[in-house]
Amino acid sequence: MTLDLRYTEEQEQLRDSVRAMLADHAGWARVLKVAESPEPDDADLWRLLSVETGLAALAVPEHLGGAGATLAETAVVLEELGRAAAPVPYLGVAVAGQVLLHLSETDLLRELAGGGVVALAVPFDIGPAPAPPNGAAGPRLPDVEVSTAADGSPLLNGRVSSVADASRARVLLVPAGGALFAVEADAPGMRRTGVVSLDETRPLCDLAMWNAPARLLAAGDRAATALDAALVAGAALLASEQLGLAQWCLDTTVEHLRTRYQFGRPVGSFQALKHRLADLWVELVQARAVARHAVACAAAGDPDARLAASLAQAHNGPLAVRAAEECVQMHGGIGFTWEHPAHLYLKRAKSASVAYGTAARHRAVLATFADLAPA
Amino acid sequence: MAALFRSGRPALILHSQCIKFAAKGAEVGASAAEPVTAESLRERIDGFLAGHDPAGDRLEFLRARFDAGLAWVHYPVGLGGLGAPRVLQPVVDQRFAAAGAPDNSPRRIGIGLGMAAPTILRHGTAEQRERFLRPLWTAEEVWCQLFSEPGAGSDLAGVATRAVRDGDGWVIDGQKVWTSMAHQARWGILLARTDPAVAKHAGLTYFLCDMHAPGVEVRPLRQATGEAEFNEVFLSGVRLGDELRLGAVGEGWAVARTTLMNERVAIGGAALPREGGMIGVLARTWRQRPELRSPALHDEVLRLWVRAEALRLTGLRLRQQLAAGEPGPEGSAMKLAFAALTQQISGTEVELLGAEGLRHDHWRADRPEELDLIGRGPTYRWLRAKGNSIEGGTSEVLRNIVAERVLGLPAEPRQDTGVAWKDLPR
Repeated sequence: MTLDLRYTEEQEQLRDSVRAMLADHAGWARVLKVAESPEPDDADLWRLLSVETGLAALAVPEHLGGAGATLAETAVVLEELGRAAAPVPYLGVAVAGQVLLHLSETDLLRELAGGGVVALAVPFDIGPAPAPPNGAAGPRLPDVEVSTAADGSPLLNGRVSSVADASRARVLLVPAGGALFAVEADAPGMRRTGVVSLDETRPLCDLAMWNAPARLLAAGDRAATALDAALVAGAALLASEQLGLAQWCLDTTVEHLRTRYQFGRPVGSFQALKHRLADLWVELVQARAVARHAVACAAAGDPDARLAASLAQAHNGPLAVRAAEECVQMHGGIGFTWEHPAHLYLKRAKSASVAYGTAARHRAVLATFADLAPA
Repeated sequence: MAALFRSGRPALILHSQCIKFAAKGAEVGASAAEPVTAESLRERIDGFLAGHDPAGDRLEFLRARFDAGLAWVHYPVGLGGLGAPRVLQPVVDQRFAAAGAPDNSPRRIGIGLGMAAPTILRHGTAEQRERFLRPLWTAEEVWCQLFSEPGAGSDLAGVATRAVRDGDGWVIDGQKVWTSMAHQARWGILLARTDPAVAKHAGLTYFLCDMHAPGVEVRPLRQATGEAEFNEVFLSGVRLGDELRLGAVGEGWAVARTTLMNERVAIGGAALPREGGMIGVLARTWRQRPELRSPALHDEVLRLWVRAEALRLTGLRLRQQLAAGEPGPEGSAMKLAFAALTQQISGTEVELLGAEGLRHDHWRADRPEELDLIGRGPTYRWLRAKGNSIEGGTSEVLRNIVAERVLGLPAEPRQDTGVAWKDLPR
């Protein structure tokens, strides 16, 4: 099956409207203000994206209140959110949504479609495993123990650190003892502590559970498959966010070099800089192809989906970091200030490069798919 | 070719020296009365095949196909086409291939098909179109491109080959280089200087050069791989009639731009499967020779595998865009990435193999007709790949063009603007 890697007309329209909305509601000054505030994210922007426009539940079926679209549309929104470095839990909600879709958790999907935040409680750097879950070892997950309450219901004990997009979550999906549980964020025995981290546009938090009452969602292979599919989708979707971020960095740097004069010339007329930006553009063109391929595979349930997601992270993770680093460097002094948005993108790119598995980890995954055994 | 602008962006097209924007397509002329569709084309082809035996005389078949308008269907009626949309051409080629019909060896006549023909169609007189297009398409006459010179590589508009008026015709003197197929060509598209006293772009005129004319000497140009894929062409007092001038005197650069626009990045043919290119050779060696492996090279191989697969998907996406009539500038990204990647993959392969990788098959000065970048050994691959960042526009010039045309960065200050060509330092 050959997947279409182009954007559809509807997706282009979706992009235009999201970009216009973010221009009005998520300008960088506002993003910086939110990042500096004690608030974990931009509640107004999240309401706009979820409750008012339904963009947060694009991939949720229509009968559950979603838009009945696919991950390919979700990815287009993520490109724009990456472009804006928008502080909203969109990616985490999309990933949690994949778990719920696999488990047909209709009540939680309805809640998600209504703007509620559901988060998958795993460390931010957990990525998909090299092989399908019922085969080799799954991802290294923190130890969360399951005990049983007097009434027979499950209780969770343990810690999960560096969870993204969970600060505002009402429900947490916690892998524990080879099963998946739902825990209310305000349940007794659940403590959530915000972390001061590199990227304040996507805050992390630590979870601690002491006999936190939980509801079993799935166990065994069913749980592992749902978790695995969500992590594959997460890696694929993140590549689109990284693409959007890198595109912003390139566009912004080009604009700066066109208008900044030194030595009586626009700085952008110097070949040393032009060639670096041309090379960055070459990487971006490829980043678009691998990102579209990854979400097309994930959306179609293609057998290549795992490979495509790892390829996309191995390529786009480092690319986004490089784009942000070039953006800072080519802006010179202003690029190193707090007043210029470049640092927000630099931090977000570096943080995203470890999210859902580092590039090195994904190359190791690809080694198994490509049958390129280590030395 | 209005579709070129559908995406709102001009298409970047590769050329052996530089890249230009396709401001306008090359197709002109009449359309068939009825709009041509894939279905009507298939019917027309089946009708043609009923009257012409694909197993019969090859040349006769190709000439009849041209005369039936089934050669290049986007060309005008009477010149091998039907004025049909260009995207329908694959329908035609597939139908004829399925019927076992002979083809016109398109790889051998690539310069004629891709560069000479659109230029003659756009700028030629009725007589020139009538005379040249049919034997060009049937491969009776092979074409070559007489553009690059020892002193004009990246800066093509600086060519020094002189064309001086002599009675009814012209006398050509100069030297061209990197000319593929010159030793087999009947005709060459020639860019020459008719007025050295004006600025370099303004003093050029475009000719169709008779490669059999007295004074044309073709010498093989041996390259670093030991072979001679290309030629040098020496033009000494070559007389060309004025009927071989294409376009007006002094308009050579504008005519040449049509040629350059049509030298597309080679993206034709089928999409490559995974590991279909040079990376497949390296990956197979890695699998089959565990004793060569090291952790550092493992990561290197994986990084190259990622880049190769990313580039393959980029090509796939570009093909899908072109097929939908949405060309973009991504072809130049592919050219740049491809050159760097083949150089690194082949270098890693030699390193992986160690001393064994140094063994070379031969240094004979062969004259290969079809380029196969991965056909010989690792040292050949490594050496030939060095040409990938030079031929079809150096990677440095290509980066300038991407920076200026795609990204919109300002041009480097120039020393040659408004200066007569003869006064330029060289």
